[in-house]
Amino acid sequence: MSVVADAKTAVERPPPRARGWPRSRIIGYVLIGIWIAAGGGIVAYMAWAWNGELFAKYGPSYIEGLGVTLSLVGISIVLGAILSLPVAYARMSKNRILSGLAYCYVYFFRGTPLLVQAFLVYYGVGSFKPQLEMVGLWGFFREAFNCGIFAFALNTAAYQAEILRGAIESVPKGQWEGAASLGLHKLQTLWKIILPQALVVALRPYGNELILMIKASAIVAIITVYDLMGMAKLTYSRTFDIQAYIWVAVVYLVIVEILRHGIEWIERRITIHLKR
Amino acid sequence: MLSVWTLLSWGPDGWLDDIVSGAAVTVLLALATLPIGLTIGFFIALGKQSEEPSLRIAANIYTTIFRGLPELVTLFLFFFGGPLILQYLIRLVRPEATIDVNAFVAGMIVLAIIFSAYASEVFLSAFRAIPKGQYEGGYAVGLSYAQTMRKVILPQLVRIAFPGLENCWLSLLKDTSLVSVVGLAETLRQAGVAARVTKHTFLFFSVAAVVFLILAVVSSLATGAIQRSLSRREARR
Repeated sequence: MSVVADAKTAVERPPPRARGWPRSRIIGYVLIGIWIAAGGGIVAYMAWAWNGELFAKYGPSYIEGLGVTLSLVGISIVLGAILSLPVAYARMSKNRILSGLAYCYVYFFRGTPLLVQAFLVYYGVGSFKPQLEMVGLWGFFREAFNCGIFAFALNTAAYQAEILRGAIESVPKGQWEGAASLGLHKLQTLWKIILPQALVVALRPYGNELILMIKASAIVAIITVYDLMGMAKLTYSRTFDIQAYIWVAVVYLVIVEILRHGIEWIERRITIHLKR
Repeated sequence: MLSVWTLLSWGPDGWLDDIVSGAAVTVLLALATLPIGLTIGFFIALGKQSEEPSLRIAANIYTTIFRGLPELVTLFLFFFGGPLILQYLIRLVRPEATIDVNAFVAGMIVLAIIFSAYASEVFLSAFRAIPKGQYEGGYAVGLSYAQTMRKVILPQLVRIAFPGLENCWLSLLKDTSLVSVVGLAETLRQAGVAARVTKHTFLFFSVAAVVFLILAVVSSLATGAIQRSLSRREARR
């Protein structure tokens, strides 16, 4: 039919196959060029502004700060994990009051910024100094590091409780029923049947929570803890050298990437039996 | 000693007016960041699912960096490093010029970058949830790429991505508190000033926490309404 070949009807055709230099390739190369220029610029600036004396003076304090960051995150993750067990239990409980309380706890800690929580603990406990002195806890809360741990543990407990609850609820109900029909009691079922399946689901959220905590731990620098970020702030306030922050950014990026790839590796390992 | 209710009243003796103005700044900052972040995030997601390897690599570098860096470090890098670069560039043209960075604008840029890095992941998984047949169907009826995107893919994409974007919005709302560190007079900063002046630290930081809780509740009501209207439209289709 000749109707099809009518040249006057402008037909909008589907996009042709990409070859040669389509627009997306040009944009892609330009963007990569910008990244290379930015990276090269930063490296060149670091080389140009390199000051061996400064590095020797502040380098060790960064290592020290890294230790503070890692111990802060480690302690609060472990404390949060312990604290998350009763919270998750209460959240899943059939008792309305208990689950309501747990819901409020989780909502508060997930709904407000961690910075506000840290300020509330670090500056806020000052309002209760006489009471705390009476029970002998004032010494604990006077240390900024302890306040950081206190706020972070409460915060991560809320998130971890939700992770745990989601993972346990992701296991089908038939698993509970099957175990019950075999005569296992609740605790045995949880320990031997539900948790092994739930933790496979929970691994990735737990890993994300760990990474989020490492990143969030930078804010303790604001409540005067000398962690990695705190050391960078100190260095910057003394030298006004932006390198202080570039170095700390590199360190954080390396930690997060190592963790991310480590978690992916573990996940691949423990889900081998699920792959076909 | 003033009573708690005097401290929380509106006017010269109380601090409520200051805190409300701080809350307004918080909301403004988050709302101003949202469209920028969504746009960047959408294009980053487009880049990530592109067939062109160079585009994928460029987009992946972006998300790796800005999801890996702590928000505070990104903020400080841009707030202290940005002026250095700008100063250098402007000195090339006008040697006597100096640069003064506005905390609101700096916060907006940094939050938009962080938001877009997270939003791009949400958009990407939404893109993957849309079957390839939708694109092919669009081409088959003679729509161009841009038309297919706008009229076929985007309406479905918004519906799929909405719950994820809601989470991104909530973290954006919380991340605005970080900008108080570089001196923006938002909720936390105002509460901090009130706490320092009146010595009622616990009271005023609790007020700041309550403000953020109220914002979270209000936005979950709003997103609930949007979600309902989105699903109504889907049903009518």
